[in-house]
Amino acid sequence: MTAPASVAPPVVARGERLGEGLDAVMRVAEVPMAALQRLLGAARMPYVFILPNMVLFTIFVFVPVGLAIAYAFTGGTNLLIWERPYVGLENFKALLDCGSYLEPSTCRYNLFWTAVHNTWWYTLLNTLGTLFFALVTALVINRLTRGRGFFRAVFFYPVLLSPVVVGLIWQWFLAREGLLNGFLTDWFDTRIIFLLEVGWSRLWVVYVSIWFHMGFFMLIILAGLQAIPRDIYEAAQIDGTSQWRQFWCLTLPLLMPNLLVVTVLLLIRSVQVFDEAWVLTNGGGPGTANTFIVQFIYQTAFSPDLRLYGLASAASVLMGIALLALTLSQLWLAKKAQV
Amino acid sequence: MIAFLARTRHPGRTDITDWLAWGWAILGTLVVAIPIAWAVISSLKTEAEINSFPPALVPRAAQTITVEGQEKPLSVWIRTAPDGSEQTVALVRRIGLSATVLDPSKPEETFRVPVTELRQLKEFHLQFSNYTEPMKQFDFLRYLWNTVFVTVVATVLTLLLNSMAAFALSKYRFAGRNAMFALILSTMMIPLSVIMVPAFMVIVGLNLADNLWGVILSTVSTPTGVFLLRQYMLTIPDDLIEAARVDAASEFRIYWRIVLPLCAPALAVLAIFSVIWRWNDFLWPLIVLSSPENYTLQIGLSSLQGQFNVQWHYILAMTVVTLLPVTVVFLFLQKYITEGVASSGVK
Repeated sequence: MTAPASVAPPVVARGERLGEGLDAVMRVAEVPMAALQRLLGAARMPYVFILPNMVLFTIFVFVPVGLAIAYAFTGGTNLLIWERPYVGLENFKALLDCGSYLEPSTCRYNLFWTAVHNTWWYTLLNTLGTLFFALVTALVINRLTRGRGFFRAVFFYPVLLSPVVVGLIWQWFLAREGLLNGFLTDWFDTRIIFLLEVGWSRLWVVYVSIWFHMGFFMLIILAGLQAIPRDIYEAAQIDGTSQWRQFWCLTLPLLMPNLLVVTVLLLIRSVQVFDEAWVLTNGGGPGTANTFIVQFIYQTAFSPDLRLYGLASAASVLMGIALLALTLSQLWLAKKAQV
Repeated sequence: MIAFLARTRHPGRTDITDWLAWGWAILGTLVVAIPIAWAVISSLKTEAEINSFPPALVPRAAQTITVEGQEKPLSVWIRTAPDGSEQTVALVRRIGLSATVLDPSKPEETFRVPVTELRQLKEFHLQFSNYTEPMKQFDFLRYLWNTVFVTVVATVLTLLLNSMAAFALSKYRFAGRNAMFALILSTMMIPLSVIMVPAFMVIVGLNLADNLWGVILSTVSTPTGVFLLRQYMLTIPDDLIEAARVDAASEFRIYWRIVLPLCAPALAVLAIFSVIWRWNDFLWPLIVLSSPENYTLQIGLSSLQGQFNVQWHYILAMTVVTLLPVTVVFLFLQKYITEGVASSGVK
């Protein structure tokens, strides 16, 4: 096969730079694919290109979605779906069997409702907190005349860390012998075992989440801020509008579509809280103070002494419905924001 | 007070809002940096130092001295005698509140002093064995290798398969194209947390449970990757492809030799993201992998922390090793990452 040098000279040059070894590998891959094309015809080649992706999506996403619903209607502890007895709405009834939804201890599966309550409070505080800090930080960075790139990078950096690393770093920071307790001893002559007290641990779980994810939402808000045309502010300044008024009457309304999308995105993420909270609190502790819905699903399904796949799937389906509603509202808001 | 929330800048004039903005930025930098710096500092402390309270801000270790007639090196202390004079002594043993010490210059004479008169001498010391010991004691190298394997293989496959799908979706018209694109995008709406039970059953059905390929294969196709690459490929002019077809290049050759090299910037962004995603993955490997020899770094690290006797000096060292690659990638490719996030809204 001779390369059609006339086609695109810069491309060929780029290919040459990749080196002889890679070139040989590429040629090896081309031969069977060219044979396949002769067999199927050029018109069928796009299907060949998209096939591997669709197969993987089918196996690992579409089939499980269907199965999740099927699992929710079956009982027993067998993993394989064809060995599981059909129990109708039993799993949903069990989950929703409650004296009062506001009081988890009156429910048949009180752990589920404890998790729902914890997730609800976490979602509320995390969404508001992240929104506030991300907005203020974006405004600050947008305002800086120097060091903008540096601070943007600093605030974004935690986003790239793994949940395990974040959980461990903060667990160590808040430990009995940690730095924070060192300062507390110095200044107030007291020590607090933060992660073993219900109130403190919940507060720190929210705080660590904000610390972890704030940079991501800050970037999105920053992009929104930079899209606001400059001259509006110049006009406002000529009119003598105070900075405070400029923020409330110009920046905030113009940023609103962006903020709404960020809020819904935050809600979607918050409902799925699991990784860093699980590592930080050593599995949802103290007691069940930081047990969230995903942890309930994970434990119900995969704890060796439970293996209640049906019940876990029923909880997944309920959470999936909530997430679907949030996602659809996000798409709707995003569409509205573009208009 | 919150006037710094306003946006405009006055050229050549600094007012209170500028100071507040700088204050926020610098304070925020400290809030981000201090816990991480603390973990790095602590990872270089000895086991004794890490468990001592209040914590020291720099890694130190007890100063020791070898004295004639004593088998082990002795720790060095300063003794303040009741009359206020100070003397350097070596501690032989300690019983309750009294200690047997000796003067290093006269090693044969030991004498007893109350513990309250002693203050230990410590010197700056970096305990690098925290980093080397876990490699021998635990399967840390194994975890590291597993993670590198998963990250590299999954990223290569992601780039290959996602770009193939993106090529089909952007450069061909075929029946079902829009439906397939919509289906791929719809998977963005289905988080792992909703389908983890049946996804695990699929893994068991494919005989991939407790197998690194079970972790890899299910993460290879990403809707984000397909979307990102498709948008980029749409900007490549079709004339180029037509010209190649006239020269009788096969469809695969067009993808391989023309479209793929032109997509290098988009591929680079996806590669960076893929490496970071796979390196940091937690919930899915936690479900799929069950035996320690298959653990990835993240799973190994979290399982060590759950053990009865928490060895923080090792855990922190391994935490630093785990965050290092991501940090290096970020240091060099910071611009691409933040721009990629800002433009596509994914992370």
